[in-house]
This record gives sequence, structure tokens and C-alpha cells, in this order.
Amino acid sequence: MLKSGITDTPPEIQDKHEQKTRLVCAHCGLDCPNDSVHLGDLYFCCQGCKKVYELLHANEMCAYYDLNEKPGITPQQDTSNLKYGFLDEEEIQQKLKEFSDGTTARVTFHIPAMHCASCIYLLERLNQLDSAITNSRVNFVRKELTLTYREEERSLREVVELIASLGYEPRIRLEDVEKKGRKDDRKKLYMQIGVAGFAFGNIMLLSFPEYLAHGTESVETFLRNLFVWVSAILSIPVVVFSGQDYLTSAWKGLRHKVVNLDVPISLGILALMGRSWFEIISGVGVGYFDSLSGLIFLLLLGKLFQAKTYETLSFERDYTAYFPVAVLKKEIDCERSVPVMSLEPGDRIVIRNQELIPADSILIAGDGAIDYSFVTGESQPVPKENGDIIYAGGRQIGEAIELDVIEKVSQSYLTRLWNHDSFTDQETRGTASLANRISKHFVAAVLLIALGAFLLHLPSDAGLAFQVLTAVLIVACPCALALATPFTLGTTMRIFGRNDLYLKNADVVERMAHVTSLIFDKTGTLTQSGTGEIQRIGEELGEDQLSLVKSLIRHSTHPLSMRLYAGLQAPVHPVVENFREYPGRGIEGIVQGQKIRVGSRTFTGAGDITDNIGLENLVGETHFSINDVYSGGFRIQTQLRPGLQGLIDRLKQRFNLALLSGDTEREKELLQPIFPNDTPMQFNQSPHDKLQYIKSQQKEGKKVLMVGDGLNDAGALQASHVGIALTEDVTAFSPASDALLDANTLGELDRFLCFSRIAVRIIIAGFVLSFLYNIIGLSFAVAGKLSPLVSAILMPASSISVVAFATFYTRWRAKMYGLRI
Amino acid sequence: MNVIVILLGVSLTIAIGFLIAFLWSVRSGQYEDTYTPSVRILLDDVDNKSQNNTAEEKVREKDDGQQS
Repeated sequence: MLKSGITDTPPEIQDKHEQKTRLVCAHCGLDCPNDSVHLGDLYFCCQGCKKVYELLHANEMCAYYDLNEKPGITPQQDTSNLKYGFLDEEEIQQKLKEFSDGTTARVTFHIPAMHCASCIYLLERLNQLDSAITNSRVNFVRKELTLTYREEERSLREVVELIASLGYEPRIRLEDVEKKGRKDDRKKLYMQIGVAGFAFGNIMLLSFPEYLAHGTESVETFLRNLFVWVSAILSIPVVVFSGQDYLTSAWKGLRHKVVNLDVPISLGILALMGRSWFEIISGVGVGYFDSLSGLIFLLLLGKLFQAKTYETLSFERDYTAYFPVAVLKKEIDCERSVPVMSLEPGDRIVIRNQELIPADSILIAGDGAIDYSFVTGESQPVPKENGDIIYAGGRQIGEAIELDVIEKVSQSYLTRLWNHDSFTDQETRGTASLANRISKHFVAAVLLIALGAFLLHLPSDAGLAFQVLTAVLIVACPCALALATPFTLGTTMRIFGRNDLYLKNADVVERMAHVTSLIFDKTGTLTQSGTGEIQRIGEELGEDQLSLVKSLIRHSTHPLSMRLYAGLQAPVHPVVENFREYPGRGIEGIVQGQKIRVGSRTFTGAGDITDNIGLENLVGETHFSINDVYSGGFRIQTQLRPGLQGLIDRLKQRFNLALLSGDTEREKELLQPIFPNDTPMQFNQSPHDKLQYIKSQQKEGKKVLMVGDGLNDAGALQASHVGIALTEDVTAFSPASDALLDANTLGELDRFLCFSRIAVRIIIAGFVLSFLYNIIGLSFAVAGKLSPLVSAILMPASSISVVAFATFYTRWRAKMYGLRI
Repeated sequence: MNVIVILLGVSLTIAIGFLIAFLWSVRSGQYEDTYTPSVRILLDDVDNKSQNNTAEEKVREKDDGQQS
């Protein structure tokens, strides 16, 4: 949204600005499209930014601008009144409010836009802007804002609208509304670490005489017994409180007949504890309480480290995030915005253009054209007529429709489908579970080795046998195996994110490494039309006709239409009847009683004439007809994206390339020199053709990476091994794709692909490291030459070394590779 | 020998005291956000400064008014 705002400026105007001075918005630091919005000698990129500045200035809060260079965020333009209407619902309010006694209330919002000290300054001083807000606190790490406000003076909706008007739009989603309180997990982990660390330190101190007097009998018996028993008592809370998660997890796993990674750890803990208590009760030794508490302490520290890493890597991928939180419900005399969770069978709802259908319903009024690409990956809209059942998850394309809900949201088809295991990519399980499969066999092998070694030593020396059993169980570290993958992939994913490639999850890295073929979509992917000049073909049109055309193309998401919509100066008629999209061809609709068609030449009845335009430039054309009479069209200058030539040159050495285009074949000659000669190029492809092409390639055993714009190739993106959606604005999310790539970074695609291969090699190196460690450690342990104490130090040390190797080596390689880290 | 027993008791008591203090600090939420307070403490200065500045400006404006 923001970037397209800049690129919308025709190049010649930008040049002029650069000749003068570049105008930078005083609020958000973006380039100003022109100098029309200003306040004295301060310029702003839009009215929204200016408004925020004025508000802050009036309240003497301009320190906001001193703390950080141009910290502002452009407020969203389309803050329609209905947007936060759902916050007036009592039900949603109750779920959002953490505390409310009728006079004051406390709520916490997630604010993704928060990014610097200025944000903290402003958000913690909201009470200066609105006296009804009594207190506001920021948690910068979690990007959360906790507000206390007087309910009598302000409604929740007004408070949210205030924050949103400053540019800090809170993200309110169903999952926030539905579940709260994952916070306590972390608190518990800290407390477990505290207790374990406390016990570990003290037991170490108490064991000092034993360490120093190893083998001799110089320590007095009374003191020795006292120290040992105090250690034993200190170790009880460590096992019972700090180690409980491992024990319960292993127990749960065993009950479901799954041997998970916590099983050997738990066995090790129990063996160590059992042996220690046996030794001190029978008086044969002093036990291994230091090892026991040290083991648990170090394990928990590792867990915290891991959790922190995951927290910073968290990526929104919960399906509920795609759902609209509220929906327009039609009542007898008015339309009201209600939460989707409160929808009951029989409710009448209104779904507008591009909105999702939240629940299974029956179409009552309007022409439905439902795009199910969210669910099936098939983006061709399915026409629906009155009385048809429309399943949840579809997206209405075209005019607003009215629906009767027949099933509650939570039970809907879509929820079941998304929750269904088989719907998640099958390929994902094949590759990413490599580590899991290895660890499963690994656990079994370790148990067998431990048992064998135990039985081997038992006849000759019972004490040694126990020691060997424990040492083997503890020194064998499947954690190192399990950690190599997530840490390498997680680090890679984060590095990619820094470089403007956003992955849906870490598994995508592994899939990217296996790619053999690349398929590009043309329009919006290889070419960009965002800054293209618009030329009229045929006679000039009157404003009436322009406005008819503009009204129709408002409903299209094709890049050319969007460029045209932004470029045409004409009023828009809100009502379009009989709206239809013919994928790959054009759109049709009745505006003001006139039948309008916009699309390709043949679609609008222009015939296949090629006039005298040269082919030195890439050109996109849109034609239209009014009442079936061809009325000319527009020619939009499109350019190849920068860096494309270099990218193709580098890619053609390693991958099979192909090009799919929904447009005509006339640009083939232009694209031919860029691609190698044998590149398959398919033109006039409908979204369905694209999908079929991907599938045929996959049947040949190729691993296909598809790069598209995510709009009319969602099906192909979903079907491909890796689907990358190019985007001018990373906040737009296309659920069918596996990754989002900032359009300006397309030229770097080969680097990402090569680096994902490096990442996989790093994982394998991590595995080798881990195996070497285990083989050496196990052989010493089986021979009885490794005390459980040494094992307890070696085991977390190996985990940490593997994690450190995975993280730092990946970062180092990325740095060598010229990626931002 | 007895003194070691006493020392043991004292050291354990102190250590437990610290443990309790730590558990209390975790429970009261001091570890939930380890970044914002470090910025917040500096922002108080910014507030004072800007208030002083505006106060000074007002005084200056008043002076200017009297002079003219």
C-alpha cells in the first residue's frame, strides 16, 4: 500500500523531484508524491500523516520526532466506520477486556507497527491525547499495548479508533479473542530454572569435599552424611518441580505408544535419581545429586534458549488469521457488524466484493461468484445462484451478495478442512520429518544399547552396571539431532526475512533446496505496470464513458486494471450488476444500464488487428466495449523488473526454466532473448491451464517452484512444490503461497535458492557432528569409563554446540554470501 | 565442626532467601518485558526537557511582549 503509493507516481514527476529536492514526509519519512500537503515548511505524504502531526503538535508531544528519525507510520486511509464496528458487540468486548468493573476497563492489544523508542513514547502518553485513558503501558518485546480507560467516557471502539488514527493499528483476531494466557508458560519455565539453578549451585558446594577427597576417606562421616542428605533433600524439588515437564511428557508419550525425545531424558533422570537414593540409603556411596540437578538445570536453560528463538521467529500462519473477525449482518431495518463467532443458523449476512464467507450459507440475493482458492487452490470463481449452498472459506468476487447462514462458524466445512491432517502439504511430511524419523530410531537404539551394557556389566559389578546404564541414557543426546534442523532452518528463515523473502514456515527452506524447475508467471511478476504510462487507443472518450469503465475495473485485481483504475480520472458508480470475470480474458458487468466489457482484444470484439506499435517496449493492453460496441482501449507501458536479465542468466545454469502467461503471444519475441532458447513459453494460459502445467511437470518428477503474483495463479502456487507470491506490499497475505517475496528483491531469487541448499548442507553437517559425538560418548559410556556426572556435562554441551554451530555457521555463511543478517 | 553445620544453615537460609526473591520477581512479572523499561527511563527526561523548553519559550514570549 505504502510502496505502491510511491510507485504510482509517473517517472517523469519523480525525476523532477530529484532535480529539485526530494520531498520527504515529516511524519513517516516516505517520499511525498507531490507538495500539496504541507504545514508551513513541513511536507507530508498524505493527509493522514499531517493529521497525526497536528494532533501531536497540539498536545506538545513533538518529542516523538526527536527520539527517532521520522518514526511515524502512515495511518490507513480506509478507516471506514464499519471497520471497528464489531467492537461495539458486548460479547467481543467481554472477551477482549482483561478487567472491567463498569467504570474502568483494561485491554491489551497487539500492535505490529510498533518499532522504535518514539512509538513507546507516544503510546505510553496516550493519556495526554485523551484524558479518558488513565494508563497505557507498552511491552515492546511482544509489541503489546495495555490500556486502562474509563468506560463511562469512552467505548472500546473509540479507544481503538484513536490508536488506529495515529497509525498504530491494533491487530484484533479471532485467536486473540478465543484464547488467552500463554504468558504463564514462560513464568513457570523461569521459576523451574530458578529452583534448579539454586539446587545445582548449593549441591555443587556441598559436594566439594567429595570432589577434593575423591577416593580417600578424609571427610568426617557425620559431615559427609549431612552434606549428602541435604543434597538429596535439595534435589527433590528439582525433580518434582523443575523436571516435571520432561517426566509428564514422556509418560504421556508412552501412554499413546509414542517414544518421544523426552523418554530417554526422563529415563536418565529417573535412573540417576534412583541410583543416587539407593546409594545413600544403602550407604555404598554419595549418589549423583549434583549431576541430577545440573542436568535438569542445563536442559531447562536450553529449553528457554530454544523458546526465545522460536518466539522471535513466530510467523502468523493460524488459519483463523485469514478470517474476517466481523461480518455484516442484515436485520429487519438495518445492517450491523457482528462477530463471526456469534453467527447462528438463520442469520442473514451481507458479503461484499473480495470478502470471505465465514460460514456455510445459502445464497439469497445477488449473483455469487465464489473463489475457493483458499480451500482448493482453484482460483476460478464458481458461479452460484439463488438457493445454492456456499461453503465457508470462499471469497466473493463481484457484487455484494446476501446469504443465510446454515451452520455455525466453528463447525464449518472450512474449519474441519483446515484442521484436517491430510490437507497440510503431504510433501512437508516427507522431507521435514527426517529428523523426527532419525530420532525415533535413535531412541530405540539408545535404549537397546543401554540395556545391553547394563546386562553386560551386571554379573561382574552391579554398581558399575547402574552407572553405565545412566551414563549411556544421558550421554546419548538425540536433542542435538532434533535441534540441528529447527535452528538451521529457523536462522535461515530469519535471514531470508531480513532480505525481504518471508516464508510461511521453516520447512519451506528445505523444500526450496530441492527445487529443480522454476516457472514464472509473466504479468505482475516479470513485468511491472505500477509506474507505466497510460496511452489511449482509439478516440478520446467522454467522462461518462470513462466513469462506466472505471466503475467496472474497480472489481478486478489484475495488475493492469489496478494501474488503470489508479490512473483514470473519473467518478465511480457504486453499483455494478451482473458482474462476471472471465479468467484470462476479461470482466463484464452492467453499469448504469450499459453493458461494459473490459479485457483482451478478442473478448471486447476488436478483432485481432495489430496496429503499428513497435515491439521495442513491453506493452499491456486493455480494451473495452460498451453495449457490445468496441470502444478502443488503453495501452499501459510495462517494464521488466530490474535485475531480471541477470537473474535469468544465473538461474539457467542450474534450473529448468519455464514461462506461463495469461496474455497474448506477441511479447514472446521480447522475452525470448532473456530466456535461454529451449525455455518453454506458454501463452494465453488460464489459471486452470497454469495449474495443469504445474501438475504435468510434477508428474515428470520435477520439483517445481512457481513465482507468481498470487492473484490469478493461486491454484498453481498451491500445487507447486514451493509457491512464491511476489508482492509490492508484504502485509497482503496470499494463503495459497509458501512464501512472499518483495517484488523489488526478485533479482535476488537465485541467492535464496542457493542459500537454501547451503542450509540443508549445514543440517547434514550438524547431524554428522551430533552422530560423531554420540558414537564417541556412547563408546566411552558403555565401557564404563564415563561417570554420569561427565555425561551430564557432555550432553547439554553437545546440544549447545550443535545449536551454536547451526546458528552461527548459518549466519556466517549468509554473511559470506552477501545476505543481510 | 559445629561451625560448619551453622554455616551450612546460614548459607542455605540466605540462598533460599534469594530464591524466594527470584520467584517473587518472576511472579510479579518483572521478566515479561526486559526491553521497554530501559527506554522508558530515558523518556521521562524527554518529557521534562520538552516541558522546560515550552515553559522557557512562554517566558521568552512574555519578555518579548513586554519589550515591544
